[in-house]
Amino acid sequence: MSNQALKEKITQLLTTATFDETGEWLNISIEATNWPAFANQLRHDENLLFDYLFCLTCIDNKTNLTMVYHLTSTKYRHNIVVRANVDSIKPEIETVSHIWKTAEFHEREVYEMFGVNFLNHPNLRLLILPDGWEGKNPLRKDFEDPINMIKL
Amino acid sequence: MFEEIGTTTEGDLIINVGPQHPATHGVLHLVITLNGETIKKLEPHLGYIHRSIEKMCESLTYRQFIYVTSRMDYLSAHINNQACALVVEKGLQIEVPDRAKVIRVLMAELTRIASHELWWGAMAMDIGAFTPFFHAFRERETINDIMEETCGARLTMNYMVPGGVMQELHPNFQKKVKEFIKLFRLKVHEYEELLTGNIIFKNRMKDVGVLSKEDAISYGCTGPVGRGSGVSCDIRKLYPYDAYDKVQFDEVIETAGDSLARYMVRIKELHQSISIIEQLIDNIPEGDYQAKTKAVLKLPKGEFYQRVETARGEFGVYIVSEGGTTPHRIKFRSPGFSNLSALDKMARGSKLGDLVAMMGTLDLVIPDIDR
Repeated sequence: MSNQALKEKITQLLTTATFDETGEWLNISIEATNWPAFANQLRHDENLLFDYLFCLTCIDNKTNLTMVYHLTSTKYRHNIVVRANVDSIKPEIETVSHIWKTAEFHEREVYEMFGVNFLNHPNLRLLILPDGWEGKNPLRKDFEDPINMIKL
Repeated sequence: MFEEIGTTTEGDLIINVGPQHPATHGVLHLVITLNGETIKKLEPHLGYIHRSIEKMCESLTYRQFIYVTSRMDYLSAHINNQACALVVEKGLQIEVPDRAKVIRVLMAELTRIASHELWWGAMAMDIGAFTPFFHAFRERETINDIMEETCGARLTMNYMVPGGVMQELHPNFQKKVKEFIKLFRLKVHEYEELLTGNIIFKNRMKDVGVLSKEDAISYGCTGPVGRGSGVSCDIRKLYPYDAYDKVQFDEVIETAGDSLARYMVRIKELHQSISIIEQLIDNIPEGDYQAKTKAVLKLPKGEFYQRVETARGEFGVYIVSEGGTTPHRIKFRSPGFSNLSALDKMARGSKLGDLVAMMGTLDLVIPDIDR
């Protein structure tokens, strides 16, 4: 599907979505509360079939966090990027690990590196950081480690 | 750590494989719940070699950060560097000379051969066949020598720079590569005679660690793992970069989804890599090996993503730039991380002894998973 067709289709599914076409792929910004239902539609709608989540990550904008999901369809070969802002003090978003299994590990990584709480995640525990890790999340911009981080 | 394992019934045994274990080829730690010899649950614990490369890159410039990426998937160092060079070129809209594009593809395919050879030797050794290891390393050494002459390093080459490659090819390069390819064609057949048809080997691999096509897509498995399950996921074909649109090659796809299928994909990929190198080695265009770039690179405000095919699967670099000389956020989508997440699904219900075959054909490189 072309970007224009995707845009029309997605507007039908979620009227509040906003679009940005300046990047390589169609960027869709949504409200975090709409994400679980919207993700389900993206995965199962016959004309969309976004079955492969090839990148899941988070960006720290200092005032808030942005969850970024890169999706592609192995049948139609179209790509989209879904973005959802979450609060930086109490970040919460619904998990999508039941829709795309790969999200389970990627969400655990984001959970420990950014502190985003994925609601209803089946196994939200530390994956990379050592057991009993206390303190801030390493990939946040305000993270300080006086011993191991050298400022150039 | 053990309170996390969850409910266990009587008769269950919990064992740790790794972090120091010869079959995990690196510091991977698996906590396995066993019932008798059957795997009930498998949980990877990562982070023993985590260096937080993503955080490190936030304070490095767009020329510097490429060198760190060699240390992730060190067997695909060239291809990681290529991805980073490509993403910077995409952001700055640098036109790369044709000569550099062809050199990059040649180097990437030599790397792929070297990586698959190491996998072949190490995987066979895990299964219990010792000879292949020496055969594989003998030929891999030749590739390392070729790399050393041109790039100055044998493992972490750092040869790709934004705009092209770092320096001119060594005068011996073409001659040596042609000699190597001629010899290697014969050696691949020798490899196959040695292992592929072996009945003991086949019995250890067939129907072991089956991953269905739907699961492979859902778990984000790419590279030989995805293609062994019948998923068409070769980035070189789907989204060609550099000179891949100028060469003829087939995407190798097997549909069985077991360890033998993943093995066959890699062996057939060796033939495809040979064919790509043969097409290009006599047709390296004349011209500059590097485009002229500014001394200080500043990516415009925005987001850039580049996907490439490493020896292990789809590698992605995601850069969020705020217009400065360093990235605001950088994310490396490593193929090993997603491939490893499917191991639990593959292993459940099979015998502990088969786990080695599954891990061998997943071709895990731990620094790539941990980053």
